[in-house]
Amino acid sequence: MSTAPLSHAYLILFKRDLLLAFRKRAEIINPLLFFVLVTALFPLGIGADPALLRAVGPGIIWVAALLAALLSLETIFRSDFEDGSLEQLLLSPHPLSVLMLAKVSAHWVITGLPLLLVAPLLGLLLDLGADANATLLLTLALGTPVLSLIGTIGVALTVGLRRGGMILSLLVLPLYVPVLIFASSAVSTAGAGLSISAHLSLLIALLALALSLSPAATAAALRISLS
Amino acid sequence: MTLNKPVTALEARELTCIRDDRTLFSGLSFRLQSSQALVVEGRNGSGKTSLLRTLCGMALPDAGDILWCGEDIFRLGADYHACTAYVGHRDGVKLDLTPLENLSFARSLGNPDPDCTAHQALEALQLAGFEDVPTRNLSAGQQRRLALARLLITRARLWILDEPFTSLDKHGIAIVEELAHKHLVNGGMLAVTSHHPVNLDPGATTRINLSE
Repeated sequence: MSTAPLSHAYLILFKRDLLLAFRKRAEIINPLLFFVLVTALFPLGIGADPALLRAVGPGIIWVAALLAALLSLETIFRSDFEDGSLEQLLLSPHPLSVLMLAKVSAHWVITGLPLLLVAPLLGLLLDLGADANATLLLTLALGTPVLSLIGTIGVALTVGLRRGGMILSLLVLPLYVPVLIFASSAVSTAGAGLSISAHLSLLIALLALALSLSPAATAAALRISLS
Repeated sequence: MTLNKPVTALEARELTCIRDDRTLFSGLSFRLQSSQALVVEGRNGSGKTSLLRTLCGMALPDAGDILWCGEDIFRLGADYHACTAYVGHRDGVKLDLTPLENLSFARSLGNPDPDCTAHQALEALQLAGFEDVPTRNLSAGQQRRLALARLLITRARLWILDEPFTSLDKHGIAIVEELAHKHLVNGGMLAVTSHHPVNLDPGATTRINLSE
C-alpha cells in the first residue's frame, strides 16, 4: 500500500538519523575517543619495542574497534525507544526490515566510519607496515558493518529491558569472535607478506550473510520486544 | 479487489489480554464503523493502554481476533498500518529536531495526505510560528500538540489515541476535540482512552469500561 518506493523510506530515515547525530555530536566522538585511547595506551603498558608492537598491533586495534562498536551499540535504539519514535517506526506502512537497514547504516556511518578514518594513524603508531596498514583499513571496512549488523539484532532483543547492557554483551560477543579472528589474522598475514585472499573472502561472506539476514531478524526481534 | 467491498469497520471479537498472569479483560467484543468513536474507560492498570496497543497491531491479543474490513489486522500488516495513526503515552517526537522536521519525517514515513502539508497541520494545532524552534524548547503541552498534529498529515481512517489530553490546557483540549469531531464527520473512526470526559457526539460514541 505504501505509495513511495522503498529507497525513499530508507533514505528519509537514514538522513534523519544522521541529522540527529550531527546535532548530538557526543555519539560520534565517544566510540572514536575510546578506540584511540585504548590503542594509544597499549604501547605505554607493554613497552615500545617495535617488533613486539608489530606482532600484537593488529589484535590490539581490532579488539579496540570491536569494543568501541559494542559500547556504541545501545545508542542505536535507546533514544527512539524512550521518546516513542520506535513505536511509530513499527506502525509505519513501510517494511520494518528496510527501516532497520536504514538505522543500521546510519549508525555505522556515525560510529564505524570514524574508526576507519583514524585507523591508519593508529597503525603507524603501532609500527604496522604499509601492506598491513592497507589491510587493516580493508578489514575494518568489511568487518565493522558486520559488527553493527549483528549487534543490532541483540539491541533489538534487549531494548525493552532496563539493564540490557550485560545481556547484550553476552549475546553479541560470541558472534563477534569470527570477525575478530579473520580480520586480525588477515592484518598479521599481510604484515608477513603472505596472501590474504582467503581471509578477505571469509569476511566478505560474513558481510553478505549479515547484510541479508540481520535486517529481517532485527525487525522480528523488535516486534517481540515492543509487544 | 472483491466486487462487494466490505464496509470499513474495525471489529474486535472476544479479545483477552493477560499481563503477568493477571487477566486484564476477557471476552471483549465491539464494532466500530465510519463516523463512530470508541471511548475506553477504566481504572489505572485496567488494560486501557494494552487494549489500544493491541488495536494498533503492536501487541498480539492473548485470545480473540481483530478484524479490519473483515480481515485479520495481523494478516493485513502494512495495509492496516497505512489506515491507522497512533499517538501513545510517549509523544514519538524527536526533541532535537524542529516541529517542522518532525512532521515532515512522520509524513513521508506514513501514508501522506496530499491535502494536508506539515505547515497546515502545525497551523491546525496552533503551533504556527514554532516551525523552526527546537522541539526541546517547547512546553509539554506544545510537544503533545505536535504529536497530535501527526494525525492530520497521513490518510489515516482510524485514530488510536492513548490519553491525548495529557498536559494539554483547556484551550488545547478544545482544539483536539474539534479535530476529532471533524474527523468523525468526514467518516473517520476514533478509539480513545482518557481520564478527562471526552466531549463527542453521544449518538456516535460507544463506551467500554474495562473495570466492570
